[in-house]
Amino acid sequence: MVTGVRIAGVGMTPFGKQSDRTSRELFAAAADEAFTDADVSREAVEELFYGNFMGEFAEVQGHQGPLMANAAGVVAPATRLESACASGSAAVRQGVRAIRSGDADVVLVGGAERMTNISTAEATEALSAAADGLWEIKAGVTFPGAYSLMANRYFHEFGGDREDLAHIAVKNHENAVENDLAQFQRAIEIEDVLEAPTVSTPFGLYDCSPISDGAAAAVLVSDEFAEEHGLAAPIEITGSGQGVDNMSLQGRESIVETPAARRAGEMAFEDAGVGTDDIDVVEVHDCFTIAEVLALESLGFYEPGEAISAAREGETTIDGDLPVNLSGGLKAKGHPVGATGCAQLTEMTKLLRGDHVNSDAVSDASVGLTHNAGGTVASCIVHVLEVVE
Amino acid sequence: MSDVRDNGYDDFLDAVEEDEPYYLESPSENGWLPPAVVDPNTGEGDLTEQPLPETGEVLTFTTTNVAGPAFSDDAPFVVAVAEFGPVKITGQLRDIESEEVEVGQEVTLDTDQTETTGDRLLVFRPA
Repeated sequence: MVTGVRIAGVGMTPFGKQSDRTSRELFAAAADEAFTDADVSREAVEELFYGNFMGEFAEVQGHQGPLMANAAGVVAPATRLESACASGSAAVRQGVRAIRSGDADVVLVGGAERMTNISTAEATEALSAAADGLWEIKAGVTFPGAYSLMANRYFHEFGGDREDLAHIAVKNHENAVENDLAQFQRAIEIEDVLEAPTVSTPFGLYDCSPISDGAAAAVLVSDEFAEEHGLAAPIEITGSGQGVDNMSLQGRESIVETPAARRAGEMAFEDAGVGTDDIDVVEVHDCFTIAEVLALESLGFYEPGEAISAAREGETTIDGDLPVNLSGGLKAKGHPVGATGCAQLTEMTKLLRGDHVNSDAVSDASVGLTHNAGGTVASCIVHVLEVVE
Repeated sequence: MSDVRDNGYDDFLDAVEEDEPYYLESPSENGWLPPAVVDPNTGEGDLTEQPLPETGEVLTFTTTNVAGPAFSDDAPFVVAVAEFGPVKITGQLRDIESEEVEVGQEVTLDTDQTETTGDRLLVFRPA
């Protein structure tokens, strides 16, 4: 029988502008917190999987597997995963697979990104490398631009407008107000979103996740290890799925669907033996406001064209039927690219364990889902977390 | 501007400039831009060059105000995805004000140079 994978401990630095902190310093801090939270020694770690996207660009640093093993104080095989903004979840997923395969009982997973030590223009250029280098970047496509192309096509096919998207930004900022790890711990109004400087039509500044520095880490262990060592590890990763799509928007049948997310979701749901109706709380990859809409539709929580009004109608707010991004999401929590996937895991773990600042809003929740996307969702990784005690 | 060519991409831009643009068609009649050895969706080989339709239709567009260093002097600019028969192409819109662009706008395909670097790029002009 395949072993279950328990989340023994999690750690996360504050997200935000901390440009003098190197990615190794950030990851060391997150890993240290995860080890303390897990009550697992560094010597027990049998493998490290680490996510990072733009280290070569921002820090002129490749070969980050051993660098981060050194930073975390772990002497174990160490591999860096790169899957654009889904790099962090790629690391988590490899950790899950290592434990399930029987290769390891204890793995350290996580990711980090340092982004604010370079200019906004340079970061914009670095991020655009997640798009197709020939057919999109050479045409001037930026990441806000790519998601704007998706948003404008969505409006054309299904309706909706900037105000619908603004409700998503307002919701996610509201969720982050009490989250000390979030980059933006302040509420905003609809007018703030609508009147913000335009980045790429239809997006203003508040439709976009910020440029951030930060790290997240988690110690994953097998059921047997948790039992033998008497660990309090009440959260299990019961489902893991990954999907792929054509790299560029122009290569896709539809510009407003993200089949990589659908594929990843179906795989994770089947793996966990649950469906959308079983999910109590969700963290999705809201790098731009429209991304939350596309995620909820592709995962099957909404039919195509129907998630645009979910935040406005209060369905995905903290007291709605399906609370989405109680951490603040990428939008308000921040988006240090390589850390984001694991940060979704750490925040969801705390939400389900009851030690997140917003846990009281979902005190009966027992099943959570995380959705982490790379590029314009050419990559997507979904995990299902359950309280198992 | 780099003198090193990107095979497939630069071949396509050359073909646009020679008024002989083409796409690659797979046995399943899916259309792709070069370079492609196989149909990404089906894995089929035996791709054949087919003439690209002369006009396309804008599917979506955006005006980008915040650009990276390679396009800093070009901003603001309008990026669009247009459909030319079985293939979609990404390019910048020329010869039309951004306020006048609509989804469904008929366009032709051309090349131009960026203001910032002088690199070639694909552009659309009203048909």
